Amino acid sequence: MEALTAIVIGVLTAASVYLMLARNFMRFLFGLILLSNAVNLTIFASGRMTKGAPALVPYGEDAPLGVVGNALPQALVLTAIVIGFGLLAFTLALAFEGYRRMNTVDTDEMRFAEPKEEVTK
Amino acid sequence: MSWVLVMPIAVPFATAVVAYLARNYPAGRWISLAGSALSLVVSAVLMVAVLNEGVVAAQMSNWNAPFGITLVADYLSAVMVVITAITGLATAIYALGEIPEETESLGFYALFQVLIAGVTGAFLTGDLFNLYVWFEVMLIASFSLLVIGGGKERLDAGIKYVALNLVSTLVFLSGIGLLYGVTGTLNMADLREAVANAENQGLITVIAMMFMVGFGVKAAVFPLFFWLPASYHTPYFTISAVFAGLLTKVGVYALMRMFTLVFVGDVGFTHEILIWVSLLTMFTGVIGAAAQSDFRKILSFHIISQIGYMTLGLALFTPLALMGGVFYLVHHIIVKANLFFVAGLAKQYAGSTDLNRIGGLYKSAPLLAALFIIPAFSLAGFPPLSGFWAKYLIVKAALEIDAWFIAFVSLLVGLLTIFSMTKIWGMAFWKPHPDGIDPTPDRAPARVTRAMMIPIIGLASMTIVIGFYPEPFVQFARTAAEQLLDPTDYVTTVLGVQP
Repeated sequence: MEALTAIVIGVLTAASVYLMLARNFMRFLFGLILLSNAVNLTIFASGRMTKGAPALVPYGEDAPLGVVGNALPQALVLTAIVIGFGLLAFTLALAFEGYRRMNTVDTDEMRFAEPKEEVTK
Repeated sequence: MSWVLVMPIAVPFATAVVAYLARNYPAGRWISLAGSALSLVVSAVLMVAVLNEGVVAAQMSNWNAPFGITLVADYLSAVMVVITAITGLATAIYALGEIPEETESLGFYALFQVLIAGVTGAFLTGDLFNLYVWFEVMLIASFSLLVIGGGKERLDAGIKYVALNLVSTLVFLSGIGLLYGVTGTLNMADLREAVANAENQGLITVIAMMFMVGFGVKAAVFPLFFWLPASYHTPYFTISAVFAGLLTKVGVYALMRMFTLVFVGDVGFTHEILIWVSLLTMFTGVIGAAAQSDFRKILSFHIISQIGYMTLGLALFTPLALMGGVFYLVHHIIVKANLFFVAGLAKQYAGSTDLNRIGGLYKSAPLLAALFIIPAFSLAGFPPLSGFWAKYLIVKAALEIDAWFIAFVSLLVGLLTIFSMTKIWGMAFWKPHPDGIDPTPDRAPARVTRAMMIPIIGLASMTIVIGFYPEPFVQFARTAAEQLLDPTDYVTTVLGVQP
């Protein structure tokens, strides 16, 4: 199970790097989404995977009985997903506003903050 | 004791909520100002507590360390919190002069206070995942502040800033995941022992490098700094100043924390890389600045070059070098924020920040010229200003371990810094204005000049005070460095404090 997850993470990361190398900002964003999911899976897998043992505390007990799945990475991933979602929503809005104003999604053509200067002597 | 640690974070958040509700009224800006003043008070209370006890820690929500989230302040954290509050207050005053009403009603002050809260939280947390959360709080506020007000330039800058910072955050986050996988803990004090006892030290070094890259992007070190000169010259001067003062320093702080507390198993490898990174950062930053002809772009490149000195203090990893690094960190926040403040006022008077299109400020605004000289020469390391002592400590630390080349580069970069500063001086202050106009202070409304002048004078006097009476600050930096190099107190306090 862990090996399979590792392969999935690897494939996601490779795809995201490919996408992020593009000049098109939208592609970069999609790459970022993939990468963020790959990272979330990494955290999830780093807590070790336990099959069919939810971290539930039986009624009347203070702690779970026996070996259960690690709940902490799930909490971490949940936090990371929420934060990542917020950031991506913001970035999408930024990209859209950028496209409306600059009329391009090609990062090579975005030279407004750092215009090419004529060589002066 | 826990409220001492919580208040510096809670006050800016509470201020943000109230300032947002009052964003359409003039009261909003005064609420922000009052909140910043209150932040300074609670930070000072924290500082007193730390001076009395050495290290202060508190467990949140009654969860014992290492399971819950710990807030902890040692000397370094405490001084960073205080300096954040000082910068916050100076910026809140400066904003009164610069920020137009339309921007205020978009919730400017709320975002600004959230940014301060995020920065403070990052300095105070003792938990790695919590540090990630504070980074995000800080980032989302900084994204919005960077593009607020709109315009092609800001959007362009914003896209580059956002893209590179998001990638660095993901590298940092996967580092956290892997470190948790190896050690099973996220509490920074607990990690120290867990990392030292980890079976696979090779993997630890790999994770250490992921942290170095993640924090390196935030700190803008070579070769990861490209987002900084692409974005810092576009937003309001108020925003530039607070970014320049605080944001990159959070990256430096995180590097200092992690590479003195947790990743010390293979100093010969990790810190050797940091030395070369620092030297290249210093050098490329200052060379980049020499090629620019815009007030703010020159200053932006100088941030990069100065970051190199701070990471060099960490990389040399001797008591004296770390002491210099801590001293440098504090001195640089004051000086750099102030230089951006001066740039903003210079634009009000002369109409631009492009050095080819302004001039004559020395003749018509001698006070501003004098106030530029103080932080500029402090940045370059002239005695007796604060930058001299900062550079002196770093160079002395390099000479102590016979690292002649490092000392040489440090001094050379100082020399080139003077070159850039005299360039600004010559073009903005000495040469006549190219359009023949007289850039008198009357060109800006009195209200604007007043609001902008107060923080500039305040920060400049701090630079002078540190310069002439460095002894208490140096002693403080020494204790901070000792705590960093021997974090026994830190670890026992964090793990020993009962909720």
